[in-house]
Amino acid sequence: MEYIIIIISAVFVNNIVLIKFLGICPFIGVSNKVETSIGMTGAVTFVMVIATMVTYLLYQYVLIPLGITFMRTITFILVIAALVQMVEIMLKKVSPPLYQALGIFLPLITTNCAVLGVAVLAVQNDYNLMESVVFAIANAIGFGIAIVVFSGIREHLELLNVPKAMKGVPIAFVVAGLLALAFLGFSGIV
Amino acid sequence: MDQWKNFSKGFFKENAVFVLLLGLCPTLGLTTSAVNGLGMGLATTFVLLMSNIVVSLIKRFIPDKVRIPSFIVIIASFVTIVELVMQAYVPDLFAALGLFIPLIVVNCLVLGRAEAFASKNNLVTSAIDGLGMGLGFSMALTILGAVREILGSGSIFGWKFIAGDGMIVFVLAPGAFLVLGYLIVIVNKINKKGA
Repeated sequence: MEYIIIIISAVFVNNIVLIKFLGICPFIGVSNKVETSIGMTGAVTFVMVIATMVTYLLYQYVLIPLGITFMRTITFILVIAALVQMVEIMLKKVSPPLYQALGIFLPLITTNCAVLGVAVLAVQNDYNLMESVVFAIANAIGFGIAIVVFSGIREHLELLNVPKAMKGVPIAFVVAGLLALAFLGFSGIV
Repeated sequence: MDQWKNFSKGFFKENAVFVLLLGLCPTLGLTTSAVNGLGMGLATTFVLLMSNIVVSLIKRFIPDKVRIPSFIVIIASFVTIVELVMQAYVPDLFAALGLFIPLIVVNCLVLGRAEAFASKNNLVTSAIDGLGMGLGFSMALTILGAVREILGSGSIFGWKFIAGDGMIVFVLAPGAFLVLGYLIVIVNKINKKGA
C-alpha cells in the first residue's frame, strides 16, 4: 500500500517536472520531438534509479557512520557524474543499439537536477532502500509522462499561427503552465 | 568601458533566465515571493562569483579531459559553504529554499559560465562576468517573484496591500510557467527595440 501511495504521489500529485520544477532544462530543451523526449526519458530512468540506489547506500553506510553528512551534495554529484560516465561506457560495450538510442542524452543527464533532486529527496524523506528505488522509478515515470505529453503538444504548436513575439520558448512556457494546471487537478488524491 | 559591457550584459542582452534560459529549475520553483527569489539569486551569485574566480585561477592546472568533473567539485564546495552558512544565519530562508540550495550544483548557469567564460578568461574579467551574470539572475528571480507575489497573494516583499488571498494560481506551479512565459515575451520585445 505504501508503495502505491509513493507511486501515485510521485507520478501525478507531485509530478517532478510540472509541480516540483526539477529537470526543467531537458523538459524545455529536448521536447521538440516525441522521439527525442522518449529517448531522454529512457536515459533518465536508467540513471535515476541506479543513482538513487547507489547514493542511498553510500549515505546510509558511509556518510552517516563517519558523521560527514555535510558532504552529501559533493558526494552525490560525484557519484552521479561517475555513474553517467560508467553507464555510457558499459552501454557502448554491452548494447550498442541502446547506446545509439540514448547516446547523446547521457552526458546531458549529469546536470539534470531531477536526478540529484530525487537522490536528495529519497534521503530526506527517510525512505528505506526498497522505497527509494520505487520512488526513483515513479519519478522517472512522472518525468516521462510530462515530457512526452509536452512534446506532443509542441509538435502541433509548430503548425499553428502564433504571435511573432511569442514564437518558440514563450509559448512553450504558456503550454507548460496549462499542463501544470491540469496536473494540479490531481492534488488532494493522496 | 569594456568591463562595464562585460558586467552589464548579464542584465538584459544575455540575461541568464530571460534570454539564455539557463538555471530554470530554481527560477520556477522558488519565486513564490520576491524575498525567496532574491535570496536564491544572491546565493547563486555568490557561488557563481567564487567558482568563476577559482576556475580562472587554476584553469592552467586542470587537464582538459577531467575539466567538467573538476568544475563540478569546485562548485559543489562553494554550494556546501553556502548551505552551511545559510543554515546557521538565516534558518527561515534556508527552510523556504529547501531542496534548491544543494541543487545550485546542477544549475546549468554556474557550470555554463565556468566552462564557457572562466576557463578562457583572466581573473578580473571572470569575476566581473560572474558578478554581472549573478546579479542579472537575481534581478530576474526578484521580478518573477514580485509579479507572482503581487498577483498571487496581494503583497510585495511580505508587505500586504490587498486583504484576502489574491489569485492563488500564480503562487502555485502553473503561475510560474505562465508569468515566466509572458516576461520572456516582454524582454524579447525590449531587446529587439534596443538592437
